[in-house]
Amino acid sequence: MALQVEHELHRRRFGRNIALGAALGAFVLLVFVLTIVKVSRQDEHGNPPGMVSTTEAGQ
Amino acid sequence: MSDFSAIDTGKEAGAGDFLQLLKPRVMSLVVFTALVGLLVAPVSVHPFVAFTAILFIALGGGASGALNMWYDADIDRIMRRTQNRPVPAGRISEGEALGFGLALSLISCLMLGLAANWFAGAFLAFTIFFYVVIYTMWLKRSTPQNIVIGGAAGAFPPMIGWAVATGGVSLESILMFALIFMWTPPHFWALALFMKDDYSKAGVPMLTVTHGRPATRRHILIYTLALVPFALALGFTSIGGPVYLAISVALNLWFIKGAIGIFRRDEAQAEADKYRSEKAFFAFSLAYLFLHFGALLVEKSLAAYGMGGW
Repeated sequence: MALQVEHELHRRRFGRNIALGAALGAFVLLVFVLTIVKVSRQDEHGNPPGMVSTTEAGQ
Repeated sequence: MSDFSAIDTGKEAGAGDFLQLLKPRVMSLVVFTALVGLLVAPVSVHPFVAFTAILFIALGGGASGALNMWYDADIDRIMRRTQNRPVPAGRISEGEALGFGLALSLISCLMLGLAANWFAGAFLAFTIFFYVVIYTMWLKRSTPQNIVIGGAAGAFPPMIGWAVATGGVSLESILMFALIFMWTPPHFWALALFMKDDYSKAGVPMLTVTHGRPATRRHILIYTLALVPFALALGFTSIGGPVYLAISVALNLWFIKGAIGIFRRDEAQAEADKYRSEKAFFAFSLAYLFLHFGALLVEKSLAAYGMGGW
């Protein structure tokens, strides 16, 4: 009995792992870009913009 | 030993099965209405923050879909339409669906809170709670009004989108909620008329089963008439305008015409033409909602040129 044979099960498990890896990678990238956006938009008091201030809203 | 039995069954879940747990079709409606709610709000949001917010609102909607499939696996096994879902088909275990749904719920609410504001994050958490606990666990199996109250869960996304931008609730966002909330019953009852699922065998008290089909037809007409004032009222708020109102009047007249048509038919007529009116009404109801929210977007884009709104 050949133990090395790749079962269809392994292919599906591999696909699932790739999808999970891609999702985690995308999540890391998302948090990174979100951080850049948030930090670069802090006002002069260093307050994180939970909401956009009225001056920015008018732009 | 367990490894061998797993190979024997050949039911290892693929990535697509987990995607199916998120109910992608329902998610598309959530994304669209939440996006409109966010865009028409009077406060502008950074495009990337908006993208992140919509993504996690969608994920939260998907999480509630997974939790719904976990809890409803017993019903889904009985009804033919749902037998091939990942849990009843045995590709994903009930425990996996539960864990997947809970983890995604937590991530989506936390991330929405961090990306936008905590009111929006809490609102998303409440929506998931409402859909899973109030609708799925409680109302769906206990009352024929399940569709009516459960529809609230599907109606919250534009309010969440609005909350992402403004951090709160207002008349406009409540009317967007009311539009979807009142639209849901006629939409689903029309579906129930021609999708003859075995709800009674599964123990789900659908109106068609508990009160009969003529009563369902009457209910469709009543709820359609009750929907109209909310749809039109939205046109007189700050996010409405002449374009929205014109589109809304036309859509509502057509919707009422369809509802009256359904009310006047009996089962013999419906059987004779294979539920043509009911299917047409159902298809139009999708366009009805899409075009209402599309009209709000048109008003918003016109405003950039000084033309939208009142």
